[in-house]
Amino acid sequence: MAINDVIHHLPMTATPPDWPGGYWWHWLFFTVVLIGFVLAMVMGAIYIERRVLGRMQSRLGPNRTGPFGLLQVVADGIKLLLKENIVPSNADKVVHVLAPVVALVPAMMIFAVVPFQDGALLADLNIGILYIVAISSISTVGVFMAGWGSNSKYSLLGAMRNIAAVVSYEIPMVLAIVGVVLVAGSLSMNDIVLAQNIPFILLQPLGFLIFFTAGCAEINRSPFDLMEADSEIVAGFHTEYSGMRFVIFYMAEYTEAIAISAIITTLFLGGWRGPLLPPWLWFIIKVIIVFFLMVWTRTTLPRVRIDQLMALAWKFLLPLALVNLFITAVQVLVWPDGLPWLMVVINIAIMVILILIWSKLFKLGWGRVEV
Amino acid sequence: MTTTEMALKTEPFVLNIGPVHPSTHGVYRMRVTLDGEVVLDMEPVFGYLHRGVEKLAEERSYTGFIPLTDRLDYIASMSNNLAYCLAVERLAGVKVPERAEYIRVIMAELQRLANHCIVVGAFFNDCGAYFTPFMYLFREREKILDLFDMVCGQRLTYNYMRIGGLSQDIPDEFLPALKKFLPQMKRFVDEYECFIKQNEILLARAKGVGILSRETAINCGISGPVARASGIKWDLRKADPYSIYDRFEFDIPFGEAGDCYDRYRVRMEEIKQSLRILEQAARQIPPGPVKTEVPHLIRPPAGEAYAHIESPKGELGFYLVSDNSIAPYRCHVRPPSLINLTALREMVRGWKVADLIIIFGSIDITMGEVDR
Repeated sequence: MAINDVIHHLPMTATPPDWPGGYWWHWLFFTVVLIGFVLAMVMGAIYIERRVLGRMQSRLGPNRTGPFGLLQVVADGIKLLLKENIVPSNADKVVHVLAPVVALVPAMMIFAVVPFQDGALLADLNIGILYIVAISSISTVGVFMAGWGSNSKYSLLGAMRNIAAVVSYEIPMVLAIVGVVLVAGSLSMNDIVLAQNIPFILLQPLGFLIFFTAGCAEINRSPFDLMEADSEIVAGFHTEYSGMRFVIFYMAEYTEAIAISAIITTLFLGGWRGPLLPPWLWFIIKVIIVFFLMVWTRTTLPRVRIDQLMALAWKFLLPLALVNLFITAVQVLVWPDGLPWLMVVINIAIMVILILIWSKLFKLGWGRVEV
Repeated sequence: MTTTEMALKTEPFVLNIGPVHPSTHGVYRMRVTLDGEVVLDMEPVFGYLHRGVEKLAEERSYTGFIPLTDRLDYIASMSNNLAYCLAVERLAGVKVPERAEYIRVIMAELQRLANHCIVVGAFFNDCGAYFTPFMYLFREREKILDLFDMVCGQRLTYNYMRIGGLSQDIPDEFLPALKKFLPQMKRFVDEYECFIKQNEILLARAKGVGILSRETAINCGISGPVARASGIKWDLRKADPYSIYDRFEFDIPFGEAGDCYDRYRVRMEEIKQSLRILEQAARQIPPGPVKTEVPHLIRPPAGEAYAHIESPKGELGFYLVSDNSIAPYRCHVRPPSLINLTALREMVRGWKVADLIIIFGSIDITMGEVDR
């Protein structure tokens, strides 16, 4: 077998192999691969973020540990592992200790339904996207446990902000997903990728913007990072964490960022589809591109305030998401067998017009005193 | 709706911000009473950096105190040097050579640029723009520090000015370097402004936030860019020209609303005006000596003197009492940071925690000067 075949046909198939207990081999294999993939991607993401931040801020970024500073993440990890795990004396100890795990595990579980190749995923659930929406909200519980269990006012403020943000942003996010589901005609992640002869970022440009914004808000990426706003409430919910538990929170944060990037890739960028390169490589490249966008916004924008965050969700994103859903539904009704290329132009035009109108109606600093 | 009408009983809680906190600009501490996110009251606590500088002055010679003035407002050491030297010169009646006056003005204005670079950068940092605006301003500040390094070999605490002039003349390569730097800085400021001046998030965060009314500002004795942002056209360089400021053409930028955004705008405009002064000074600077001969252990005649300058943060004054000995009988500093801070409580009430941070950041304080 040529090496090319090996690369293109990694042992990733939806149907379990024919050997005895093949079903369980499939599960075991994918679980190991996924955990490895997630950990590697998290390390890569941290490295990329720090280097890109450095580059954009006209400084060097980490470049001392290993070639190009590649081992910086490892060095930081080892340092944090060797540190003492401090539990505040008046903390709710069980909750405090459990919180990082509750935050990390759901973020990792998202990858169970993300396809790396046609049919190459842990579980091809026919309600894949619904599963993601359900699972991703559980991380919030971990964050609130951390805020409550630390017995610190900074942590509690951060956790309260997080709950408020997630509750608000879940709604436009899900509505944006519904638009994609309508066009694709399926809730399965694999089928959604297969349906994207035209990437949905072109057919659903407004949905993409809404999902990206809401996704950033849900995973505390700037400019919506006010749950751990370092200049205001020190580190938000993980102020009181140190050592390994801090590492787990840190990992959870980046796992969520990678997960949102992977979901955006799958829903809007055509997932693993692409010419020449093997599918899984396409998938990783697209994930990194989306993650880069997040880093870019982080270096560029100031942070919004909590009431502005709420206003943006309820007054800007939600109406737009509803309008987007309505327009998509009408389009799908007219062309039940898939939208034609013409709709790309029309939808982009609709997006631009809607955003312009809404920007006139809604200003972020609504209610700010004009003197 | 008041608290009693609500079904869920809530009560305000006290949050302690500082003395060690990412955005208290040193070791400032605020005891904030919060109702959820809303600031009900703020109680300032300072003194964590108190070193007794004013008392130390009584134990030192007049010249020996100059290095300590560097440690007051360590962001703008040159201004402190200048204010102190002016006070001693007024006390002892020493004349300063013209070339030294020009170099002093150049240094003071460069220091204003460097200070405003840090303040504006830190203000954006407080707004949550993760270090990017800060780092770019810091890069420009590095160039100014290189210039300072050239004249006195120091980058933070310069100890450059002396009673009756300067410690040494500027090197030959200084003026060409300055003339090269000025247009660069001008271009940079314009570019920087076009990036962030109209940013929607910045407008939403800073416009109309933390309003300091004209009356409050005057009553609290606020000075500097904070006062000018509230519409008070008060700049000691024009109001009571010291050194040779009356020879230069420049405007006093001032705001109207007195909010955080205006304070930021005033500082950026001041950078442009400082560049104008620097251009004129670099063109006009005459040759000559840079120091009047003054005895090292100077004994000013008994009496008192007060000299004030427009430091980057506001009116910086030194009040000296002499008893004809080699050390001041009493030295008092009028620190703009401390006095500008007195209005903070009025400014933050009713705003949210996030606003508290940026209002505080927009005042521009250095703890070394607040606590002394």
